[in-house]
Amino acid sequence: MNLKIPKHDINLEPFMVGPPDFNRQTVLMQTERGFKSEVVNIVKLTAIEKLFQIRISEPCERENFTFLPGQFVMLELPGCGEVPISISSSPSNREFIGLCIRKVGKVTGMLHRSEPGAMVGIRGPFGTYFPMQKMVGRNILLIAGGLGIAPLRSPIYWVNEHRSEYKDITILYGVKEPGQILFDYQFEEWRKIYDLNLLTIVQNPDENWKERVGLITDLFEDISIDPENTFAIVCGPPVMFKFICTYLANIGIPRQRMFISLERRMHCGMGKCCRCIVGSTFTCLDGPVFDYWTVMNLKEAI
Amino acid sequence: MLFKTITKENFKKMVEGLLEENEVIGPRSRDQDLGGNKIYRFLKINSFEELEMDYTRSYSSPKNYFLPFEEDLATYRLNDKDWEQEIRYTIHPRVIIGMRACDINALLKLDQVMLKSVYPNPYYFARRRNTLIIGLDHEPLEDCFCRSMNTDTVFHGFGLFLTDIGDRYFVAINSDTAYIILNQFDAREVTEEDQERYKTVKKQIESKFKTQVDITILPELMDLEFESEIWKKWGHKCLSCGSCAMVCPTCYCYGIEEDTNLTFTKATKRRFLYSCNLLDFAAVARGHNFRPDAHIRLKYRYYHKFRGFVEAFSQSLCVGCNRCGKACLAGISPKAVIDDLIKTEKK
Ligand SMILES: Cc1cc2nc3c(=O)[nH]c(=O)nc-3n(C[C@H](O)[C@H](O)[C@H](O)COP(=O)(O)OP(=O)(O)OC[C@H]3O[C@@H](n4cnc5c(N)ncnc54)[C@H](O)[C@@H]3O)c2cc1C
Ligand code: SF4
Ligand code: SF4
Ligand code: FES
Repeated sequence: MNLKIPKHDINLEPFMVGPPDFNRQTVLMQTERGFKSEVVNIVKLTAIEKLFQIRISEPCERENFTFLPGQFVMLELPGCGEVPISISSSPSNREFIGLCIRKVGKVTGMLHRSEPGAMVGIRGPFGTYFPMQKMVGRNILLIAGGLGIAPLRSPIYWVNEHRSEYKDITILYGVKEPGQILFDYQFEEWRKIYDLNLLTIVQNPDENWKERVGLITDLFEDISIDPENTFAIVCGPPVMFKFICTYLANIGIPRQRMFISLERRMHCGMGKCCRCIVGSTFTCLDGPVFDYWTVMNLKEAI
Repeated sequence: MLFKTITKENFKKMVEGLLEENEVIGPRSRDQDLGGNKIYRFLKINSFEELEMDYTRSYSSPKNYFLPFEEDLATYRLNDKDWEQEIRYTIHPRVIIGMRACDINALLKLDQVMLKSVYPNPYYFARRRNTLIIGLDHEPLEDCFCRSMNTDTVFHGFGLFLTDIGDRYFVAINSDTAYIILNQFDAREVTEEDQERYKTVKKQIESKFKTQVDITILPELMDLEFESEIWKKWGHKCLSCGSCAMVCPTCYCYGIEEDTNLTFTKATKRRFLYSCNLLDFAAVARGHNFRPDAHIRLKYRYYHKFRGFVEAFSQSLCVGCNRCGKACLAGISPKAVIDDLIKTEKK
């Protein structure tokens, strides 16, 4: 008699050996296997935001890791937890990945307490990206509110590295108070070398503030937009993109040419845990980058 | 598909043989409800006698043998700053006897998400691959609406599927493993008489469906009635306890938790099944909750099942077992909610 159920031990299969490649979404891989990475540098930006530069330890994993502007990773502190974070560095920087993280809770708080040399895990990249290829030959308007500047840095680097392919690039950046401004050490470089027009605005100025005061939408008074030839990328709190995208739509930019990045709770990044569903759309798979037309058609999106 | 028949006596021998070599799971009653009815669950059985082939419905579904309530996804050895991650997939060959067509159909739906879309899930794959399913037909209960959901019959996703035709089982065979096992117990070719008896039984089953749910325009209704008061009516009753998702054969949402031992030498990343009705399902940092109200969360459970999943896989994420309706302390059942939605639409 032969009544034993045959054992199929997938632990012995080839996919267990190599590192997972999250860009090849349909192949069987070790979905929870994180790339072990070292935090090589931590830059304090404000009281609650830090830029973490992390480097994937294994050379072959580092080499395989490629992403596009707007994608995110799941960053893990073993024993503490895992959080989705947008990549805030250049896709062509294959040495390290920049993550700009605000301290808000358990995992981000623990990260803020860590020091260079700490080992973290990253899985990814996940999600959709800003379609930079489609914007070739056009103007790009990048609009950030608060921490929204973090995911915008990746397209900003991209544009600089492909500067001749794009026309006018304008960045509008608004925060509540001057102390919350992130990456101001890069502004000179962006203006002079990247040849971008950067305008900033704050709601509550202090005595040293020399630029505009008001809401981010006030900056539209200072620029002229050619709606036929402009793409917009908008990142920030949800209330912000509603106002901004409505304004841009009214002046004639098609909604399919405005891109925003949505934030939702995420526990997997792979369309499995369902925590990130908006209506019937998975933010981790179909987003986080959406065009505004799609977002308008999502239930409960904003 | 191949068909054979096996006498009940030989089936008993087969189960006893399987028990000697494998872990066998089957329906067993462990308790009674207030009305004195047996409460069944899929549990490990130790002898053929423990297997209750005449069971009605298991209180919770057997999905947990594929998606456990809790599962360690990875473990870590920690030392000072460094750590090593270890991942091992649980390989646990077992036989599950007595799964209903609806429960097997539920697995086929889970297969869509876990195996056939992006990022196939290796944990689920390991369990699915190492489980032999022996299904079992039954006459529908009062509240079964699997017929309406088109899940009252099943053609794949199992090894054997049995229909009681008197002194024998009529057996549909769907895998080589199952075929080899069955053939060791004098399974016989289907005779004309077997076939007639099978048809009669099937017709009888078909005639016994009492509960119907009209799902023809349900996906559209979910959008049209998105702001409907119906959601508040039912949602205000909802206790946000999550029992419905726990017993449901198709609910698969989960959460992740990581913890360490007291000496900080080991850590675990654990997945636990969750429910979209629980308060913090869509809550993010600093107290913001994308779905703050019970009625909104209830609506989204239905929205995912009858609209979102249909959009993605052309089928609902519900097999009509009404386990959620039975488990719900607030008396919320899919039939009642959907009927209400349809009624408002007709008004
Ligand atoms: C696509 C995407 C990109 C993001 N990019 C950045 C970024 O570049 N920089 C940054 O600082 N933050 C970013 N966030 C937000 C960040 O993920 C949360 O701040 C973080 O998860 C909070 O975790 P915590 O453990 O510190 O907070 P806690 O409040 O302790 O978290 C409790 C639980 O809620 C979850 N959670 C809480 N808030 C969020 C949230 N906003 N989004 C998703 N899950 C949440 C956590 O994963 C955790 O499971 C991003 C979120 C998403 C979805
Ligand atoms: S009836 Fe309820 S428990 Fe059964 S599959 Fe449908 S939603 Fe799940
Ligand atoms: S519908 Fe019923 S079982 Fe589900 S969460 Fe609400 S009260 Fe609990
Ligand atoms: S994060 Fe898990 S499904 Fe999107």
